[in-house]
This record gives sequence, structure tokens and C-alpha cells, in this order.
Amino acid sequence: MNPRTHDTLIAAGASVGLFVLWELSVRLFKIPPFVLPAPSQAIASLLPVWGVVVGHAWQTLWTTLAGFGIAVVAGVLLGAAVGTSKPLNLALYPILVGFNSVPKAALVPVLVLWFGIGTVPAILTAFLISFFPIVVNVATGLASVPPELREVLRVLGSSRLEAFTRVSIPFSMPYFFASLKVAITLAFVGTVISEIAASQKGIGYLMTSASSQFNVPLVFGGLLLIAIMGIALYAVFAILERRLVGWAYRSQNA
Amino acid sequence: MPFIELSNVSLRYDNGYLAVEGVNLSIAQGEFVALVGPSGCGKSTLLRVISGLRPPSSGQATVHGQVVRGPIAGIGMAFQNPTLMPWRTILQNILLPLEVSARHKQQYRQNPKPYIEAARELMASVGLAGFENAHVWELSGGMQQRASLCRALIHQPEILMLDEPFSALDAFTREELWQAMQVLYMSRKPTVILVTHDLREAVYLSDTIYTMSTRPGKIAYARRVEFPRPRALELTYEDEFAHIVKELREQIGGMRTQISGLKGVGA
Repeated sequence: MNPRTHDTLIAAGASVGLFVLWELSVRLFKIPPFVLPAPSQAIASLLPVWGVVVGHAWQTLWTTLAGFGIAVVAGVLLGAAVGTSKPLNLALYPILVGFNSVPKAALVPVLVLWFGIGTVPAILTAFLISFFPIVVNVATGLASVPPELREVLRVLGSSRLEAFTRVSIPFSMPYFFASLKVAITLAFVGTVISEIAASQKGIGYLMTSASSQFNVPLVFGGLLLIAIMGIALYAVFAILERRLVGWAYRSQNA
Repeated sequence: MPFIELSNVSLRYDNGYLAVEGVNLSIAQGEFVALVGPSGCGKSTLLRVISGLRPPSSGQATVHGQVVRGPIAGIGMAFQNPTLMPWRTILQNILLPLEVSARHKQQYRQNPKPYIEAARELMASVGLAGFENAHVWELSGGMQQRASLCRALIHQPEILMLDEPFSALDAFTREELWQAMQVLYMSRKPTVILVTHDLREAVYLSDTIYTMSTRPGKIAYARRVEFPRPRALELTYEDEFAHIVKELREQIGGMRTQISGLKGVGA
């Protein structure tokens, strides 16, 4: 068996094992479905309403991606500012940290007040919750470029801009990609928080309405769907990371 | 007229600490100069002043008769760490100066072949043949340092600044690289400024050695080394060689005693 299939088997095996354990525990201890449904019941609850569920899932997915997209742009710009300029660093860091400490769930009512219920507050919550790790990582990456690397270029006659694009940007890419994996999962959290509080679309809304009808299996079905979408997008960025900045990881295990 | 000249250069850091004071130095074109001295005597700082990476607080540096006011282009630099870029292969790392230096940029872009050939030859001359497409992490520290020297030389710089490039290597690799460095120097005759703690290294490679005193750094002593090149490694075991090393050691030893005397410890 090659090491790759071996790794995949471990990863898949652990997940399958968790679900088997869950299923068996529920059946063995006869836990009623309105307390904790078995995974089979959760999945079964999705099937009769599949068409509706797909619509909600799509809503959550694109809302998350929109918020995440804004977060990437804003995060990179702010991170570049904080990471390259001392005054901006001093000025912006306390504000950013303070802002990040505010629970985003508490902001949803404010956003609803400004933009009404629905998609816009969900996009904004996803953005607000996910841009901070991008800022911090981009700033850290840019600030950790060894000065000698830049000096090598500067004494060859490079401008500051050229030294930035040829050294600082590639050097910070691993930091950037690491933050994307954190940010994309956070963006899902933001979207769902907002949908639960103030929306008539999305998995968050599906779960609140299911829960108000005591349809606990469907609540768990929604949770499973969010987890699956989260894993899928995480995987997309993990693969992109391997492709684009694999040098940063191969250097450790080669 | 000297090629590189420092006149009365002092440099004070932002925190008020005086790193170097009143340094006068003139270096001829094609001369191999070593700066030796205790840690913190401002050797590396002087390199940065000459290359224009750091403006002096007073005095001035001139290169080619022109006052240095910003980073001067076309210098080759090598540091204690190889500072290679892990996102590039070894050959790509070595070719980097050609991509950015104004003198080569255009020609390299239009016709990279002869340059790549030159890079391969340079790599072969320091024992890196066959590692063109290797990644940085696949090479040992000594081999990375060889690649770093190749990068410092590929664009045929008139000035080569070596900031303790051999100090992190084991003794055998270090001596091998001294020889490689000598070969490279003899074939191209750049003006070299080597910063080092290693007196044998300084005597083996240089034409002139300057010792520096510390806090603030000043040029304390100059010593010419007249051994003809190529110098064999066996030379380092001969009496005349050992004599120069000892002479320099005593110079620096004298300074160190003074320092510890001032602090009231030992001496």
C-alpha cells in the first residue's frame, strides 16, 4: 500500500468510526430521537425534503463564499498595511483586536437594523467573522521576511516594490493560505449565525424552523450538511495550498 | 585613486548607540580585504554603509569616485545564512540577480541560454553540478552556502560583500569553500570585502586585513598579506602564516583585555 492511500484510509476510517460509534450508542442506549437522533435518522430526515434542502444549502454556500471573498480582499489589504508600515501597525492593531473581540452574533441585530433580514446581513457576518485571521497572518508573514533576503535584491538595484513582489509576497504565501483554511470555516459559522437569527433562507433558517417543529433529526441533518460543506471547502483550499506553496511543507518532511 | 573609500564614517543607531566612529578606509579595485574584530564592533554595519543600505550618521562612503546615497546596484552579497529562496530551485536562485540587475535584465530576458550555461559552469566550479533542479531543502548547509556564493557572483559584480559566509559551516567544508572562493576570486578579480571572526580565514584569503576595536567600532590595525596566489591550504600550517595569525590575535586579544578590564571582570 502506498503511503498516500494509507493516510487516506486513516482519515476516512476515523470519520466512519465516529459515525458508527454514534449510531451504535443511540441504538444501544435507546436515546430518543428528539434528544439525539442517530446519523441514519438525521440523513433520512433530509431525503423527503431534498429539493428544499438543496435550495437552502446553496443559499448558505454562496452567502458564505461571498462573505469570504470580501474577507480575503479586505484581509489582504489590511494585512499588507499592518505588516509593512509601523505607524499603520500601531494605529490599526488595537482597533482590529478590539473589533475581533466583539461577538459577531451580537452584531447581527445591528446589521438587520441597517440592511433588513436576509442575505446581506449573512454575507456581512461571514465577512466580519473571517477577515481577522487573514489580516493577522498576512501581516505576520510580511513582517517575518528575513531582512537579508530583501537586501540581496536591494543591492542588485531592485526598487522597494520589486523586492516586495519578488521576496515578501512569495514568502508570505504560506501564511496567507494557512489563514484561508481557518477563514473559510469561520465564514460558515458567520453565515449560519445570521441565518438562524434573521433570515428565511439558508441552512441556519432550515434548522431553526425544524427545531420549532421539534424535528430534531432534521436539525442534525442541517448540521451534517454544514459540516460536509465546510470540509469540502477546506479541502479545496488545502489542495490549492499544496499546489501553490507546497515548497513550504515539503521542506519539512523531505 | 581608491575604488572604495570611507572618510570619517560614524554611525549612530536610533537608540543612541554609537556603532562605528571615525572610520577611514580605502580599498583598491580588485583588492581582497578582510575586516576582523570582536562581535559587535560594527563590521557588518560598515558593509551596509558601503553598499548604501544604511546611510552613515556622519562622514561619507564613495565608490568609483561617487558618493554613496542609496543602495548601489550590482553588488554581490553573501551572508552567514544562505538566504536562498525556498520557492525557487537552486538554479533559479542563482539566476535571480540576472532577473533584477539593470545591467543584465534585458539581455537575460531575450536570450537566457548563455547565462544559464554560465550558471551551470559556476555551479560546477564549486561542486554543485547536478543540483540545478534540486530544491533548497534537499541540500546540506554547506551546499546551500555554495549556491549562495554562486548567486553573489553570477552577475559578475565589481564588488563582493561577504558577511561571515563560512562561519556556520563545519571546519572541513569551510576550508573547501575557502579554496573555492580563491578560485572564483582569481578568475574574476572583484573587489571583495570579507567580514569574519576567523583569523586563519582572513589571512588565507585576503590582501589586506583590518582589525577593528569595539564600542564604538574603529579601525585599529592594518596588515598586508603578501603570499602569492594560488595559496595552498598547506600554507596555513607554515610558520610565516601562523606568525601573522598570532600577530592579529594579539591585536584583538589586547582589545578584549581592555574591555573586560573596563567592566571590572577578569584581566
